[in-house]
Amino acid sequence: MAHHHESIIREPLMTGKDMTYARITNEILLPVENKPNKAWWIGFVVSALGALLWVVSISLTFWYGLGEWGLNKTVGWAWDITGFVWWVGIGHAGTLISAVLLIFGQNWRNSINRSAEAMTIFAVICAATYIVAHMGRPWLAYFTLPLPNQYGSLWVNWNSALMMDVFAISTYFSVSLLFWYTGLLPDIASIRDRAKGLRRRIYSILSFGWTGSLKTWQRFETVSLILAGISTPLVLSVHTIVSFDFATSLEPGWHTTIFPPYFVAGAIFSGFAMVQTLLLVTRKVLGLENYITMFHIESMNKIIMLTGSIVGVAYITEFFIAWYSQVEYEQYAFINRATGPYWWAYWSMMSCNVISPQLFWSSKLRRSIPFSWALSIVVNIGMWFERFVIIVTSLHRDYIPSSWAMFYPTWVDVGVFIGSIGVFFTLFLLFIRVLPSVAIAEVKLLLKTASEQAKMKQIKEGHLEPAEVQYYKESLTKYDSVDMADYEKV
Amino acid sequence: MSKTKFILGCFDDPDNMMQGITNLQKNSVPIYDVYTPMPIHGIEAKMGVKDSRLGYAAFCFGCLGATVIFSIVYYTLVHDWPQNIGGKPSFAMPDFVPFTFEWTILFTAFGMTITFFAATHLFPGRAPRVMDLRATDDRFIIAVDAKGNIPHDDITNLLKEAGAVEVKHNERKYVSYE
Repeated sequence: MAHHHESIIREPLMTGKDMTYARITNEILLPVENKPNKAWWIGFVVSALGALLWVVSISLTFWYGLGEWGLNKTVGWAWDITGFVWWVGIGHAGTLISAVLLIFGQNWRNSINRSAEAMTIFAVICAATYIVAHMGRPWLAYFTLPLPNQYGSLWVNWNSALMMDVFAISTYFSVSLLFWYTGLLPDIASIRDRAKGLRRRIYSILSFGWTGSLKTWQRFETVSLILAGISTPLVLSVHTIVSFDFATSLEPGWHTTIFPPYFVAGAIFSGFAMVQTLLLVTRKVLGLENYITMFHIESMNKIIMLTGSIVGVAYITEFFIAWYSQVEYEQYAFINRATGPYWWAYWSMMSCNVISPQLFWSSKLRRSIPFSWALSIVVNIGMWFERFVIIVTSLHRDYIPSSWAMFYPTWVDVGVFIGSIGVFFTLFLLFIRVLPSVAIAEVKLLLKTASEQAKMKQIKEGHLEPAEVQYYKESLTKYDSVDMADYEKV
Repeated sequence: MSKTKFILGCFDDPDNMMQGITNLQKNSVPIYDVYTPMPIHGIEAKMGVKDSRLGYAAFCFGCLGATVIFSIVYYTLVHDWPQNIGGKPSFAMPDFVPFTFEWTILFTAFGMTITFFAATHLFPGRAPRVMDLRATDDRFIIAVDAKGNIPHDDITNLLKEAGAVEVKHNERKYVSYE
């Protein structure tokens, strides 16, 4: 039908010849319905060992207390809060892809939203473990809730940004989980209806009895749209509030109004980098080249470049304002960052976050999978250094020079951090084994509108502007999953 | 008398299925329901399904969340134990904003989604009322209640004319799950 046709000059969002609805289901469920391959086992064992390191490090922290970490009287926040902010930031890309791109009608989100949302949830779990661990007495975590108690009642401090964090992170986690799981229902039903025996029973319980009836889909779409609408301001609020943890203090280098937008941009930047890190490998290992195409990779690289530039502008603005304000403590904080004992951290941050993404102006690099993957790791490292620089270099030298100190991590600090990466990858690898890593129902929507196959049909039918067809064919040359030989005759 | 309970038109293409709906509607054959592996845009209008009212529910839950948390913060911070912090007022409204905002979102999301689950009878462990196992894979199913409808062969023909790959005459409403 005519209304299905999308302009020919738009690049296809799904490639492959002879694609059918059945083939989409089969290909996406391949890892769920079959035994894992060797690559998965290697990844899983390595990640699980990392997770074990996390268990050991966190257990020591809980058993002996925060003295196991390298904190001192001057530097009271270091790798823990760095790790916390890093993980929360990474989580932001998932919500951005699932919510913001949905509102803006960006259909390329359809094939990456599921795994990006899963990544969000696992990243926020990692972040939350840092908050709880950092409490020192994690069994008293309920002190952060406004519960009546025998001290008066003495209530929580609602004026504190840390209290706001409790509400923001818990809301963000639970709403993200809800959004993700609701979206999973139709796909769990797909697994259920193909499974046998115990598997069918388990997926039947998980599917909530989904049938795909008319009214169910209609309500489902309403719910998705509203959840996207409310998740958009939510995701912005979360990193804004995380930045309040610093911005509402009087610490030089922290007490700035630029923090909220700067943190949000940084969060999206690091989040998209992590999505690239995961998806470039997943795409290859699970054979999802037709769904996660070069268009997706390039689009994400463009977002990385844009947000990296915003972060760069923010870094420079901080310096400018320190000079312009004529506040000597503020000025010292920034000079100390760039030239003090932590200069190496500062310049690692600058080169990883500001300089390296600019390489994506080159379309050749933007479309190179090995380069994109390597750069995504560089950005992840850079964003960790950003948080380290903000936290440690501000704290280690503030108003009283007699209290100046350096921070040296213990192996437990390192173990908690490396271990949290292990936890993250373990969860992600389990996820791609038991649940579809691509939103099956949403990808099916693309088959008749935005797939290479539908566009090929359009070309074969004729009635198109030859110049536009030529433009389209040229845009296909960047895809690694398109055979250009098919286009020579048409 | 025929034992057929439901007639299922199974399509492999959503556009053909829409044509099937048109054919049935033209012949005044009531459609019981439609099961598809993905949402079909424009089908609500065609089938005369009213807009979902979940948006109103979402709004009400949002208002509830805002009211609940604002009241908690007001009671604890201003009424029950006001504190003198540098002589500033206890009723510090800007500090209320993040909490009120977060719980507005929280209540909207959970209230609306739980309403959706309740209205659609979705909950963990519910036995799936599935008419055709491929409706979650690659088949677009139109279900017609066989009772009291025009001759079943006519319905079959209408569906076939629209391009149905298969028309099933089922003696049971749902595919058994046990």
